[in-house]
Amino acid sequence: MTESEPYRYEVTDVTASPGPTPWQTVGPFFHDALPYEAGGEVVGPARPGAFTVSGQVLDGEGTPLPDALVELWQADEDGRFHDEPGIYRGPQADGFRGFGRCATDAEGRFRFRTVRPAGVPTAEGTPQAPHVAVSVFARGMLRRLVTRIYFPGEPANATDPLLDSLPAERRDTLVARELPDGYGFDVHIQGDLETVFLDVGH
Amino acid sequence: MTDQPSTAAEQPLAQLDPPYLFPDYTSTLLRSPSKALVMPPAGMTELTGPVFGSGDLRETDADLTVHGSGEAIGERIIVHGRVTDSRGKPVPHTLVEVWQANAAGRYIHALDQHPAPLDPNFVGAGRCLTDAEGHYRFTTIKPGPYPWRNHHNAWRPAHIHFSLFGRAFSQRLVTQMYFPGDPLFYQDPIFNAVRDERARKRLVSAYDHGVTTPEWATGYRFDIVLDGAHATPWEG
Repeated sequence: MTESEPYRYEVTDVTASPGPTPWQTVGPFFHDALPYEAGGEVVGPARPGAFTVSGQVLDGEGTPLPDALVELWQADEDGRFHDEPGIYRGPQADGFRGFGRCATDAEGRFRFRTVRPAGVPTAEGTPQAPHVAVSVFARGMLRRLVTRIYFPGEPANATDPLLDSLPAERRDTLVARELPDGYGFDVHIQGDLETVFLDVGH
Repeated sequence: MTDQPSTAAEQPLAQLDPPYLFPDYTSTLLRSPSKALVMPPAGMTELTGPVFGSGDLRETDADLTVHGSGEAIGERIIVHGRVTDSRGKPVPHTLVEVWQANAAGRYIHALDQHPAPLDPNFVGAGRCLTDAEGHYRFTTIKPGPYPWRNHHNAWRPAHIHFSLFGRAFSQRLVTQMYFPGDPLFYQDPIFNAVRDERARKRLVSAYDHGVTTPEWATGYRFDIVLDGAHATPWEG
């Protein structure tokens, strides 16, 4: 690319090398394909102890993203992962799905209904504090952003291997705040308040 | 994550995937993290993921052309391929979600302002599960290119968006499939954000005459390799 010819990349006829398929952005037009009714219901409406996890996705200037998609994945209260089909069906009554998907609204807000999972160990068996895995997708993100939600007041946070590896001022970006109806968790993509984002391999 | 065979070591992540910040794609400027990513310990949350069954879908979900009262307008195509992991093992029974513009380059979306016609007989979104050997197959219409406002006279090459789950949270992939020989590749910063040229070519489907169906539709093959450096522990 040169200054005289902006947006001109070299195109040759090399063949693809073997390897993982690269990421591309979700773009702005996913709303008719990915979000669905009941997408934000990780648990059924009658699940004991269920609460709301809500927040905003904000860019480097603090402007909310009205066109992001947020997904959650987590264990249940006993540390089990849901292993039955039914991604597009809302969980019945007190059921548990473990997965949630919610597009942000005009104010950049997402909202899920879920429960606090039990802490599940690392692959090596090290205990971890209760946490929820989060993916964020949006126009302007060439790959997803991955983070975790931890819960305030949880004694196990003090010995969690991920939290423990972070400087104190960044650790707090992964801990939700208490709200009257559950927990709040904002995703700050960039800047002084930037959320800790995780490299899970691809 | 430490005992994965060579792929990651031979080809740094920066070349496999586009960077978060790619200034030519102007929306990345405020939507990319400025601090380094942190590698978490491989935990069970990242090593598991939703499972899928045939009850999740209807058979017609894989045909984007049969949801109106008449024929969808455009070049009917069959898009198929195989989903494997980075060791070459098929990924069976995993969800593949797709969405795309119609033949005129228009999405069914309130925010798409491109003055091109909508087609009431084309839905623009589909889903299917891979079979036991990791194969998937959609029937659709070849999408048109469309303009966007990233830079002067910017046009996206024709593409189909893909979303896949694989077997684990760490294998999740959202990508775009392109068509061979598209004349718009040279000016598209999204396609070219994958800086390694041979990795970028993995995003381009191949014309597949073996799947082209007489008097019906042309075929394209797009194989997908899911990574996720955390191999599922029970795979051995």
